[in-house]
Amino acid sequence: MDAKQPLPSFSKHNLVFEKFEREIHENFGIAYTDHPWLKPVRYPFNRVDKNSAVADYPFFAIESEELHEVGVGPIHAGIIEPGHFRFICNGEQILHLEIQLGYQHRGIEQLFLEKKKLFQRITLTENIAGDSVAGHTVAFVNLWESLCKYQPGGDLQLARTLALELERIAMHTGDLSGMCTDIAYQLGSAVFGRLRTPVINYLQSWCGNRLSKGLIRAGKTNFPFTGALADELNKMFDAYEKDFEGISEELFSLPSALARFEKTGVITTEQAATIGTVGMSARMSAISRDIRFSHPHDLYKALNHQPVIKHHGDVYSRAQIRKQEINQSIGYIRQLIQNLPENEHKDSLLVPSANSFTISMVEGWRGEICHCAITDDSGELILYKIKDPSFHNWLAVALSVRNNEISDFPICNKSFDLSYCGHDL
Amino acid sequence: MLDNLKILLHQGKQYIPDVTKATIPGIFRGRPVISTENVNENELMELCPTNAISTNPVSIDLGKCTFCGECAIAFPNKIKFTTDYKISTNERNNLIIKEGQDEPIELNPDLIRKEIHKYFSGSLKLRQVSAGGDNSCELELNACGNVNFDMGRFGIDFVASPRHADGIVITGPITENMAQPLQICYDAIPDPKIIILTGTDAISGGIFEGSPALNRSFLSKYKIDLYVPGNPIHPLTFINGVLELIKKRK
Repeated sequence: MDAKQPLPSFSKHNLVFEKFEREIHENFGIAYTDHPWLKPVRYPFNRVDKNSAVADYPFFAIESEELHEVGVGPIHAGIIEPGHFRFICNGEQILHLEIQLGYQHRGIEQLFLEKKKLFQRITLTENIAGDSVAGHTVAFVNLWESLCKYQPGGDLQLARTLALELERIAMHTGDLSGMCTDIAYQLGSAVFGRLRTPVINYLQSWCGNRLSKGLIRAGKTNFPFTGALADELNKMFDAYEKDFEGISEELFSLPSALARFEKTGVITTEQAATIGTVGMSARMSAISRDIRFSHPHDLYKALNHQPVIKHHGDVYSRAQIRKQEINQSIGYIRQLIQNLPENEHKDSLLVPSANSFTISMVEGWRGEICHCAITDDSGELILYKIKDPSFHNWLAVALSVRNNEISDFPICNKSFDLSYCGHDL
Repeated sequence: MLDNLKILLHQGKQYIPDVTKATIPGIFRGRPVISTENVNENELMELCPTNAISTNPVSIDLGKCTFCGECAIAFPNKIKFTTDYKISTNERNNLIIKEGQDEPIELNPDLIRKEIHKYFSGSLKLRQVSAGGDNSCELELNACGNVNFDMGRFGIDFVASPRHADGIVITGPITENMAQPLQICYDAIPDPKIIILTGTDAISGGIFEGSPALNRSFLSKYKIDLYVPGNPIHPLTFINGVLELIKKRK
């Protein structure tokens, strides 16, 4: 294929392709005849156009005496990752928001090819996004084991499913705390904030790390899930659930909280479908998109998972979905740990298959995480591609704030809580 | 109102009374201890994903270590990770633990500038910059301020503007795309100011060391006041390290 020859775009027919085509354009210099907007994705170190820099990105501007621009970032006011937000406002009202990312780019996909040891690649995976360690690591080990034609035992599958659901509970709880902070509801912020602590401390007592780094390994586990750990987990949830239900009931019946949540930052079903949002950001707009349901991996088939769906696409829906998914996940975990599978001693991993194309999908707490690998004649990686759910969902944040007060931007942004490093790689 | 009081009452006391003496429950990989037992040193060295282990004598560099514990699992008689979370220091070499060594990691008082104690011992305001951080250290730095760890009780807080800050807390391996914003932020902080490197990625680049997408030139320009190792750091490691930095005197 001639890279200099412009191609007709898929985006013209279906807008969900626009991100992928922008990425292809940025990485390989392929032009499109009819792409709506070839905006840079992340300014990777190996981009074709080395003369461009993220600092010089020309934001969309509107000439007007009545409008003004507000620039936020790349460094934000809290302890949070960097990204640039450019608002065009009419008074206090947001007319348009454009987001430019790329500040977190560490060259991960290239490092996957350069680091030859399996264990280095697992370490890389654990550092793609520290809030989705279980999500990305399960995606990687499932891919690698499939590439090596290795069938993980019931104990490994249990550990992976538990880690994913515990991560979901911990991050959803932390996000409810963050959302309370952004509407200045101090009690909710403190109580949800402290409720996250026993969940991540539990992960530490299981594997020695509060964010589960070190827990998931290809073809083995260093930290078998034992009956004693199951008892401890049930006890932790007994204490968690009481306080969680109490503060949730309070939050969702508080008029001042509901006034800030309801009809704020709306993404309609039609918008979500056009953007191609995934995970929670799709389910809050009445789109049933959940890998645990559509492509169940590990123990999800046995759980017969039914996605939690909300219909309003507003901050309230995103808060509600978190609350209900936490309840659902606790139910799943309690069910899974009733009967523990035997620890299976299996053969060690074989070498990866030659000339293979392997794809792995996992429903992380944000949504669909996808890893993909291509191997050469000797089974060595020639391409490794990672797609975080945030890659799809950032555009939803930008559209959700239109016609909202600029003071509602923090709550809109937090209610999506997307990943910068997962997007930038 | 009554519901609120009920919720408050039911939380009980959540704060850790003494963060300098707290014990971490369950398993935790803090300061390692390396025995003098003979093992296949090459095999041990090869195991480490980030080249944190050197031989002759066998040592682990906590500035490179990801605390995955794989070496301690493969060589249980050679390496043990203790639950000692006080592993922050102001001297890069103090992060290198040699075989046979089993004493606490401390700050070198001779390297602490006088003005740090004078100006910051009662109040320290910090600006956090994530420069390629994976949001794990960021989550733990946020946790430092929650009701459990409550770092604010010591007058240590994170602030929204470099103009209000006394120092900068860096996470992440420092990407090329963040090199300039980091410099601008540092320049905007009034003197005297401190620099804290938080997490393995910030201290050495971690698993990203050598990536062409990084630009770590900022670090060669300035003296680093505190190294806080971890992947991610534990809140107790950060709080104790900072407390020692601002309270310790020659």
